[in-house]
Amino acid sequence: MTAVTEQTGAWLAEFTGQPAPAPWIQQLREAAFQRFAELGFPTTHDEDWRFTNVAPIARAAFRTGKASRVVKAPDALGKLEHARLQLARYADFENHAFVALNTAFLDEVTVIEIPRGALIEQPIEITYEAPDAVAVHPRTLILVGPAAQCRIVETYQGSGRYFTNAVTEIVAGEGAVVDHYKVQRESAEAFHMGAHFVALGRSANFTSHSIALGGALVRNDVAVTLSEGADATLNGLYIVNGTQHVDNHTAIDHAQPHGTSRELYKGILDGKASAVFNGRILVRKDAQKTDSKQTNKNLVLSDEAVIDTKPELQIFADDVRCTHGATIGQLDAEAMFYLQSRGIGRGDARSLLTYAFAQDIVDRIRIESLKSSLERVLFEKFHEHAH
Amino acid sequence: MALLEITNLHATVGDREILKGIDLTVNAGEVHAIMGPNGSGKSTLAQVLAGRELYAVTAGQVRYDGRDLLAMAPEDRARAGIFLAFQYPVEIPGVSNLYFLKAALNTIRKTRGLPELDALDFLNLVRERMKFMEMDQALLNRPVNAGFSGGEKKRNEIFQMAVLEPRLAILDETDSGLDIDALKQVANGVNALRSPDRSMIVVTHYQRLLNYIVPDYVHVLGDGRIVKSGGKELALELEESGYSGLGIYDEEEAVGKV
Repeated sequence: MTAVTEQTGAWLAEFTGQPAPAPWIQQLREAAFQRFAELGFPTTHDEDWRFTNVAPIARAAFRTGKASRVVKAPDALGKLEHARLQLARYADFENHAFVALNTAFLDEVTVIEIPRGALIEQPIEITYEAPDAVAVHPRTLILVGPAAQCRIVETYQGSGRYFTNAVTEIVAGEGAVVDHYKVQRESAEAFHMGAHFVALGRSANFTSHSIALGGALVRNDVAVTLSEGADATLNGLYIVNGTQHVDNHTAIDHAQPHGTSRELYKGILDGKASAVFNGRILVRKDAQKTDSKQTNKNLVLSDEAVIDTKPELQIFADDVRCTHGATIGQLDAEAMFYLQSRGIGRGDARSLLTYAFAQDIVDRIRIESLKSSLERVLFEKFHEHAH
Repeated sequence: MALLEITNLHATVGDREILKGIDLTVNAGEVHAIMGPNGSGKSTLAQVLAGRELYAVTAGQVRYDGRDLLAMAPEDRARAGIFLAFQYPVEIPGVSNLYFLKAALNTIRKTRGLPELDALDFLNLVRERMKFMEMDQALLNRPVNAGFSGGEKKRNEIFQMAVLEPRLAILDETDSGLDIDALKQVANGVNALRSPDRSMIVVTHYQRLLNYIVPDYVHVLGDGRIVKSGGKELALELEESGYSGLGIYDEEEAVGKV
């Protein structure tokens, strides 16, 4: 108890120091902080946090700050008052300390509202940039009306040593099509805890691309709940080097029949970096005819890098198809020799093969500008890995 | 001066010695066939020359164009003009044939002091060589060797050779797994690349390939050594009497005889 009090004490001072918001926000904040104080920061004794030690975050004393926010798509920016009933309805803070903490520091909420049937061709871009030495709690609420279609890019970046604690809720109405990108390129010293909660209506189609490039200590949670006939595709790419740690926890909840989910997460690990992939798939009793496939592939470039990968399938329906697989491998020595035997230098061959490993995730990106900028980033990254 | 001079070459994989003292000299423009049963060390010799790290050279030396070949990295050997057509070309998903070949060619050109080819010149060169090898141009945009048939893979090796224009080409069982039509096609491609300043080492188990690629010299390998050398007629002699006529056996048979 005392340890928890010590940890949450500093946060209490920050919490009480916030200017007063609208009463309903204040109520939400108080309930969330109460819960955060009860939960405390997770430890490696918690099953969900076994491989990710957040003690460095708990120990650090960040003052509360605000990420600078740039939103490209002004027409889609909604009013928080309209979204009042939806906010915090999907991002449950009862069992998640960081979600509770984010909710306790609710301030500016980025509300994106896509009306029924709207077809938004231009990608909606939301960028959060954290300043040095602060904790920021970006909060995003994306409401996509029935049969509407949109593409959304969330980018997280910053400079110095700071803590980003982001929560996003996405609600897709019946038959909506949402293509979502999270690009995490935080500074090398940053802490990043990010959680996405996605609720899919009947026959909605949702694709998530989670690209994790930066940060010292990173956690990405993606939780998707599918209604009848909904379709979810989760793509992930995490690239770690040095002493970086990235933890990806995904949870796909097939709550109703005829849902389809496809998940492909790929990791590239070098140096003394570590990564976690934990893929939970829940098929509830009523979710007959569920079709689910999960794949996690890891390319480990050094002897000291560590990957922990774990599928977690809980299937309560009997007429379903669920498959999962995980691989951990090194660069193919024969492929290396083949490239070298054609005059391609060892370093270039290594970066070419590493790049090739990530290629299918990059190819799935449907926004050309994002794809080419990511290709550039990867090219530079692997080049520096190679030399 | 000889282009390639191999003296008393010994090589091991793990603690097994595979090459037990190879001596071979190849002059510019010559085509040498290396024949031998399975396990005789032919493919090992080909791979050691190209620089495969799987094999450790324990004795002997190899001079290539006056340089110590064994001290060179595989990519430096390629840049100096050595080309190995693989027995089993490697599939590389995620890397397109076009990108791969352009990277290879421009690296090699740079070493030779030639300017890099721009995209258009490169494409023209590649199209012309592909046409010559009767290859489907769609293969250019596919990942390297991925999903290629056995014949396509072997043709792709010779096509790469036609683009990279090596000084010493080593063909490692390029005939294996090819039907007679594909074999003729591959042989035509190879013959068109014969020139007074290009040497070739053609490794094969069967004499048939040598009807189409006629060598200047034939060497028969048995148990890691060259047991007999001669002109092209030696291949025909082997066709008559088999390897056992020379007192050499497939490794498996040899083990059976002990």
